[in-house]
Amino acid sequence: MPGWLRNAGAPASRVPNDSSRCMPAAATTPAGGTHSGLAGSRYVDAIGHAAPAMTFDTAAPPHVVAPNRVGRVMRTVLYALVPAVLVHVACFGVGLLLQILLGAVTALSCEALALKLRGKPLAPFLGDGSAILTAVLLALCLPPLAPWWLIVTGTAFAVLLAKHAYGGLGRNLFNPAMAGYAILLVSFPVQLMQWPSPQLASHGIDRAMEQELFQLSLPETLGTIVTGTLPQRLSWDAITSPTPLTALQENLKRGMTMDESHALANADQSGVNAWRWINLAVLAGGVWLLAARIIRWHIPVAMLGAIAVCASIMSAFDPGAYAGPMFHLTSGASLLGAFFIATDPVSAATSNRGRLIYAAGIGVLTYAIRTWGGHPDGVAFAVLLMNLSVPLIDRFTIPRIHGHAR
Amino acid sequence: MSAASARTARDTSLAAPRSAGGRMHGGLRLDAHKQRSTRRSLRPASLSDTYVLPLDQHVGPPATSRVRPGEYVLMGQVIGETAGAWLHSPVSGIVKAIELRPAAQHLGAPTLSIVIANDGRDQRSEDETGRSFEQYSPRELCEHIARGGIVGLGGGAFPTASKLLGTPVHTRGVMNHETPADVDGVTRLLLNAVECEPYISCDDMLLREHARDVLLGARILMHAIGAEQCTIVLEDDTPQAQQALCSALAETADGRIRIMSVPSRYPAGSERQLIDAIFGVEVPFDGLPTDVGVICQNVGTAAAIARWLRDGEPLIRRIVTVTGDGIMEPANLEVRLGTPIAALIEDCGGYTPRMSRLIMGGSMMGIALPHDALPVIKASQCIIAASTLDLQPRSTEMPCIRCGDCAQVCPARLLPQQLHWHAHAGDLDALERHGLMDCIECGCCDYVCPSQIPLVESFRDSKPALARAQMQSRDAAAARTRFEARNTRLARLEAEHRARLAAKRRRPGEPRPE
Amino acid sequence: MSVLGALPAMATVLVAMLLMTILAGLAMLSVLGAGRAATQTGYDSSLVRQLDALLPQTQCGRCTYAGCLPYARAIAHGEADTNQCPPGGARTAAALGRLMGREPKPVDPAFGVVPAVPFVAWIDETACIGCTKCIQACPVDAIVGASRYMHTIIAEHCTGCELCIPPCPVDCIEMRPPPALPRGMSS
Repeated sequence: MPGWLRNAGAPASRVPNDSSRCMPAAATTPAGGTHSGLAGSRYVDAIGHAAPAMTFDTAAPPHVVAPNRVGRVMRTVLYALVPAVLVHVACFGVGLLLQILLGAVTALSCEALALKLRGKPLAPFLGDGSAILTAVLLALCLPPLAPWWLIVTGTAFAVLLAKHAYGGLGRNLFNPAMAGYAILLVSFPVQLMQWPSPQLASHGIDRAMEQELFQLSLPETLGTIVTGTLPQRLSWDAITSPTPLTALQENLKRGMTMDESHALANADQSGVNAWRWINLAVLAGGVWLLAARIIRWHIPVAMLGAIAVCASIMSAFDPGAYAGPMFHLTSGASLLGAFFIATDPVSAATSNRGRLIYAAGIGVLTYAIRTWGGHPDGVAFAVLLMNLSVPLIDRFTIPRIHGHAR
Repeated sequence: MSAASARTARDTSLAAPRSAGGRMHGGLRLDAHKQRSTRRSLRPASLSDTYVLPLDQHVGPPATSRVRPGEYVLMGQVIGETAGAWLHSPVSGIVKAIELRPAAQHLGAPTLSIVIANDGRDQRSEDETGRSFEQYSPRELCEHIARGGIVGLGGGAFPTASKLLGTPVHTRGVMNHETPADVDGVTRLLLNAVECEPYISCDDMLLREHARDVLLGARILMHAIGAEQCTIVLEDDTPQAQQALCSALAETADGRIRIMSVPSRYPAGSERQLIDAIFGVEVPFDGLPTDVGVICQNVGTAAAIARWLRDGEPLIRRIVTVTGDGIMEPANLEVRLGTPIAALIEDCGGYTPRMSRLIMGGSMMGIALPHDALPVIKASQCIIAASTLDLQPRSTEMPCIRCGDCAQVCPARLLPQQLHWHAHAGDLDALERHGLMDCIECGCCDYVCPSQIPLVESFRDSKPALARAQMQSRDAAAARTRFEARNTRLARLEAEHRARLAAKRRRPGEPRPE
Repeated sequence: MSVLGALPAMATVLVAMLLMTILAGLAMLSVLGAGRAATQTGYDSSLVRQLDALLPQTQCGRCTYAGCLPYARAIAHGEADTNQCPPGGARTAAALGRLMGREPKPVDPAFGVVPAVPFVAWIDETACIGCTKCIQACPVDAIVGASRYMHTIIAEHCTGCELCIPPCPVDCIEMRPPPALPRGMSS
């Protein structure tokens, strides 16, 4: 190599990781410094001197790295979802757990298949928890008694198409759970409406009777999910009831005012309460994630703020036709979306300012779809639409670098 | 992972107003690991038989040797000359050879070095004229500082005289600035004792034991650059150093000097971040601290300047921290340049059985050395004999999950995540847009990354390509200017030629001109 | 669940996909059309400037045009292709192609082959006769000298165009690697 090329500003830091620079190491002592039994032998260093007695392994700085792992981040998010899952099970039965089980198994199998097809190592990626998180989030969005193929289809689509077809972990453009949910919502709308009544509901009869009439035991739940049909004694009409958002939309379509709709909902007090409890559990988990610094305040605050602002404006304008901010914030997937779905780092914007804009956009779109769109809850589509805008948002929200004017 | 809040600087001098400091963005709160090395007082390292002095242990062109093999040199005698900072012999003895020797700054690769055999007598060269520093003019003083071999002892080894005079210097293959910097507008001197990197404690010990040298150095520097005010900044977790400095300042009673402290945060001691924190101004990315009227020097440099002007001793020794779980008795040693690191290890009781990695520098930016038969250079602040207890190595690298933690801790307010993507793609335009050249390679982003990506390595690898591309576009612009100027000149000459011809040409019937 | 029951939903999905494909196709056509329009309707002077900014300013004429700006004009006119600049190399050819909305092409070796880092000219002073022919040929005034005085190349200004070599009557100019830059302290 001509001398001038060697001097052309090449950094001397091209140190290969974990390899001794000087010469092949002989026996390795437990501490890591190697005694080259080659001292005094034919081995010499770069300029002809005898080999030094002891060589050490080299690595590039920094030599201390915080023990953060992707797996730890994902697992913390899963732990934060536990309260929500428990309250959900208390309200709607053990169906959710079976859905999670199905979803997790599907997600891991699809992930393994995709990794094998792409020629990537299985161990680190299967253990990072991102596939299971996708499955759990999707399971929380689906009715607990949904047939088995619903969550299997949704999870398979999410992992194979929305995640791995785009390049795998860290490269997906869309939030995989929301992409899976959207495809299910569009393809199988009927199944997604079949939310059972919350088990806290009291229909004015005693508990044993109630269980006989309206609730399923564990084997019956399993049977329903596997076969897709309810046990003989029950019917879908009897055991399902609309979610608060669905109820509101239907009532408004029928021409009721907001107050009438709320009065009707409050008559069935437990239904509203169940969803409030679940959302409270979600909020608790979300606040814990904030405290653990897994997520930052920008996305939750911006999204909830945008929903609240839109709802306040519209309900101030016409209280009879538009629900107020508290209703919107505590119903549907607002809180789940704000703390767990929109905060998915891969599909969100990059800088803090970008995240504020991204989350505000989700909030506005959610409100718009709920109020004027065809679906009771708009979080999924709002998230997907804002995922599309992330590259554009990123382009215009590069923060000002230290020492630069702009 | 620590959040981005930084408290403001506090003033701890005896009689000076509180100042409203700026804040540093990002940064990390790291364990300092300085307790063990600061337990014992400073002591000189034992002398060795041979001293090896690489000729390129500073930023800029290597020094040219002024001695020949076999020549007898005195302690403090000039052995190498260069525009920015000369090189001096740390001992008296015979020059054994001038040859290629493995050097620490090149990770064991060879570089031309002067090898001197110590005769043990420490015979000094004669004192310089012994003038007081006030008798020099500022420019003369700067040139005298160059003759003393003084370079930045905070790890950068930048020739101090070049910094004070504003002369451009070749840095890593490119000139660090095109034209001489304007140093006439400098009114403030900043002395940096913020040893933010873990394990390094040499400046702390220097202040504890030689605070007066630092203050004398401050006064000399103020004279050299014409500054009206000097600020010495320490970290807030060094009470003994603060104490020593304050009492020395009380003795000196120089009203122009004030002492401030900043919260202990890595990398608060980085020059641009420190200037922002103390003075609340940002140094422009394409400029120097002199553009905002500040010159920043390490306290070790100031002490070395004081020794040179007061005692006539050029830069031949410096304080080196020898620490880590792999060393028996960590300590701070006063070391002659050129001492083999192995000798320092022996001085501190040798390695422990847990010794694993030898690092020159701190734990965040230090370089790992392949063996200890390398000489101490001007930039050697610290030697860490690291064991597995000190090291926290990276685990398997995963893809970036775009969490943004790196951007939260970056002191230069970059988006390391985007730099990583674009470095991967080799997209030089995007790298320039996102400020790759503003990266100070502190390693904060590496530290917090959950995917354990070696970010700083990829940035360091991309910087030469970007620097070359920027240089090429600068050269192309200059070539275009010259081409257009030449075309204009030729067109003008052509037009003048035609005009002359037209003036000479006669029409039929016109009389012949006189 | 019956497959038939899902037909309406599937139909909606299919229609939506069809619409999106049509929209995407229209968008692509319009972008390509705009690109072609900009290059066909005379030359847009800002396009010429953008093209010229991508060129290395060697002013060597290997592209068969008398300098970089004429070559940029020719590309804008559609008279020249984007693969005619050897000193620019693959990077410049790709950038020119991107700007013109075309597939990037590798540089055609028919226009010349140059080293990766531009060499600089060097005058053998023992042979130079001081004729100033090379000075007149240099497009960037990188040669210092006068009639019957020694000529020398200013290495920092030389772009490696080699235009000085043919006119020299005593053939005393050769191309050499650029001077080595001093090595600074590695971090």
